[in-house]
Amino acid sequence: MNPVRLPVKPPRSPMTWIALAMLASLLLLAVAGPLVGGAAADRPDLSAVLQGPSAAHPFGTDNLGRDLLARVLTAARLSLLLAFAATLLSATAGILLGASTAVVGGRARRWLGALINLLLAFPALLVAVFLAVVFGAGATGALFALAVAGIPGFARLSQTLAAGVANTDYLAAARVLGLRRHRLIRRHVLPNIAEPLLLSTTMAAGTALVALSGLSFLGLGVQPPAYDWGQLLNQGLDRIYAQPVPALAPGLAVLYAALTFQLLGEVLAGGVARRGPALRARREAPAEGRPATGDQVLQIEDLTVELPTPDGVIRPVRGVSLTLRGGEIVGLVGESGSGKSLTALAIADLLPEQARVTRRTHRLLGADLTTMTAKERHHHLATALAMIFQSPASALNPSLRVGTQLTEAVRAHRGASRAEAAEQAAGALRRVALSPTLLRSRPHQLSGGQRQRVMIASGLMVRPGLIIADEPTTALDVTVQRQITDLLSGIRQDSPTAVLFISHDLALVAGLCERVLVMYAGTVVESLPTDRLATATRHPYARALVESVPALTADRDRPLRTVEGSPPDPLTPPAGCPFQPRCAHRRDRCATDTPSLTELDPGHRVACWHPLPLPVQAATS
Amino acid sequence: MTVLQLSDITVRHDGPHGPVTAVDGVSLEIPAGTTVGLVGESGSGKSSLVRAIVGLAPVHGGRILLDGREAGGHTVRARRRLGRRVQVVFQDPDTALNPRMTVRRTLEEAATAFHRLDRRTRAERVARLLDLVGLDPQLAGRLPSRLSGGQRQRVAIARALAVGPDLLIADEITSALDVSVQASVLNTIRELQRQLGLSILFIGHNLPAVCYVSDVVAVMYRGRIVESAPTDALLRAPQHPYTRTLLAAVPGLPATSPPPGSTPLSVDTANSAPLHAGCRFSALCPDGPGRHPERTVCTERDPQQGAADRPHRAACHFPSGTVEPDEPEDGLS
Repeated sequence: MNPVRLPVKPPRSPMTWIALAMLASLLLLAVAGPLVGGAAADRPDLSAVLQGPSAAHPFGTDNLGRDLLARVLTAARLSLLLAFAATLLSATAGILLGASTAVVGGRARRWLGALINLLLAFPALLVAVFLAVVFGAGATGALFALAVAGIPGFARLSQTLAAGVANTDYLAAARVLGLRRHRLIRRHVLPNIAEPLLLSTTMAAGTALVALSGLSFLGLGVQPPAYDWGQLLNQGLDRIYAQPVPALAPGLAVLYAALTFQLLGEVLAGGVARRGPALRARREAPAEGRPATGDQVLQIEDLTVELPTPDGVIRPVRGVSLTLRGGEIVGLVGESGSGKSLTALAIADLLPEQARVTRRTHRLLGADLTTMTAKERHHHLATALAMIFQSPASALNPSLRVGTQLTEAVRAHRGASRAEAAEQAAGALRRVALSPTLLRSRPHQLSGGQRQRVMIASGLMVRPGLIIADEPTTALDVTVQRQITDLLSGIRQDSPTAVLFISHDLALVAGLCERVLVMYAGTVVESLPTDRLATATRHPYARALVESVPALTADRDRPLRTVEGSPPDPLTPPAGCPFQPRCAHRRDRCATDTPSLTELDPGHRVACWHPLPLPVQAATS
Repeated sequence: MTVLQLSDITVRHDGPHGPVTAVDGVSLEIPAGTTVGLVGESGSGKSSLVRAIVGLAPVHGGRILLDGREAGGHTVRARRRLGRRVQVVFQDPDTALNPRMTVRRTLEEAATAFHRLDRRTRAERVARLLDLVGLDPQLAGRLPSRLSGGQRQRVAIARALAVGPDLLIADEITSALDVSVQASVLNTIRELQRQLGLSILFIGHNLPAVCYVSDVVAVMYRGRIVESAPTDALLRAPQHPYTRTLLAAVPGLPATSPPPGSTPLSVDTANSAPLHAGCRFSALCPDGPGRHPERTVCTERDPQQGAADRPHRAACHFPSGTVEPDEPEDGLS
């Protein structure tokens, strides 16, 4: 199944502007502060020693009569410079240490990991204080102490991030190319982990500023006659009860700067998160309702889905109509992006909120969903439809036993007792050819095929009228796949449940379903009985798709059939027939008028102005 | 002439409950200019074997010979030596390319990994590589995010070809692609093999796709190769029951129903079946002790012994469903 991607344009929030303005003010302060306050900051005035705030000295004066406002302004440059330098040093060393874990051998990686763990065990600030003493009190000592203390944090973060890159195929390919380790780090690891590192470095700068001020405050950092905010705070503290302003002013400066960095980090992180993995709608629908064989289970007409994207609204599903009868198994095939999964999600009302769904008719087990309120619709869907997804691993809760997950739905919807529910769950497991003893196991103890069968059993628990299986076997091995498809076709034989089987695998659908709908660019282009699929497709795309499937008996000296070109850009769908730009048989009309599904033979409908003739010898390979 | 010869390769991983043997004594030959297919289901050890061959995973036993000379090792130096001759294309088109590098930079990096090239030669080489894999040279300036899955996989193939290897290993390269795109990538592989006279190790779980491009097919099951034969012979007369099970499970156009005796007994026991001295498939085997209780030999004796003398090197005591156990000439133990 394709993840439903809904990129949203990142709005420039007021927060962004505030953070940027604060950063600009800090930079301005660092550049201009010493120029503005420089002279006044160093001019002693013995007539105005230890004064409180006044018009001439808004923050008061110190023990030599120097103006504290000027000193706070002047101290900005040194405070910020030291914080930047310490952050930069620890970030560089830490990131290199962490990132190198992605490119060294297994043993070296374990050792490095252990080293990073060991270093992380010591609180950073404590290490900084200790090292500042070792390196000797002073700005340089404090700077290096803080830089070293910050390394483990960066190393751990970049180790975690680099582990993600280490598993990618491009890094493996680069190693097979024999690239040297420094090139691997520089070109393949660092650029791909830079974003989160950048924002954590920003936040770390704030922390470093506070820590450095702390060291200076303790007398371990900047030494007189030089001064930074921490030291000013220290000097002001002696008389904080008499005159609070001289101590508060540098404290507020530290707070403001630290806040700026934190805020900036938040804004950056928000920006990254917005561009992160797209949301994926997923809800499980337990169900009830028993149709009689031959009754109409699902009828949907003229289904259209619109999704907003940053570049405009796209329509990935355009006018799809679909009818399923009880006991019927229908295949919906198409390539990625053809809209088959979105069609399924629209039927189950599982599309994200931004999506706009329109349809003329939407009836499930006789009830008209278009006239229902959202709440009624959800309830009806929950009791009439079950959905099985591609990845059974993520559809089961790993921390709950299979039995709990199977019985949850019936107990909630039917108020069944624990014993009844367990009995039903055992029955459901037996129907999918699993031993009831599995009720006590947890998902991780099962194989992929077993998990998918548990998912099917969970769908069966409430006897749905319709099962939608979206690529249920794509993640499974062929022999297991065979068992799942046998199971699905068995279910529908002993109860009149209808199955909508969505897949990109034509051969699989051909072996399982009675009817097939072929989708292309959001529309159904051909609908036919499966026994005609191999030999009697009439739409050029469907024919090409069938012929591009390699068979065991394929002539290995003949190239496989391919479809030239690529599917249309959803933002600019072509006029007329959606397949027209790639079609070898197109004529004038195809580019102007959109063909609709028209019946050629009973049960065989094609959306094409010029359907292909039937092949002379009815055989394909 | 043989390009790559694997003899008795064993690969182990650290699992949560001690080491797991992913590849257990695999021997395989890839003659020059041929395509050898390797099929097996997930967990059969195909990918571990690939990673071991190219030095991304340590080898715990056996030898890897390139043109008769010892290759392997997983130091950077050993990998560089090997990288000139052997290149790999991996499965996932999403992570196959560095998202921050354009197609041109990716290909240039590979082309200059072993040779110094001036600017003009580099540009020519990139254009030729893209042409070789059937891509428009105008795509060179694009980032991977602006390519389709099939195009990315072609760029990955071009990157592997950039160093001019003798052997190309394709590890499940079409598994993540749509059928029509898979068809064009398979065509490309076949064309390349013919044009460049490459040797290819083509790995996959999709039997029809593997058979379509391969001259010889080897079937892998739980870390071992259970059967290997020229493609036509394997399809015509599969010897090992597991191969027959695989073939029967392939969905076909038009629909085929599995012949009787080809359905494995029960999958539930597949992962928990103990590794006794005998055949690893015996617990599931439709021709094994589960259906024929008298065939105790299946659980007692390793069918790998004497496999070389059986048709298709089948690691089975009853190849092609024969009634009498196939007695190896050199006897037991």
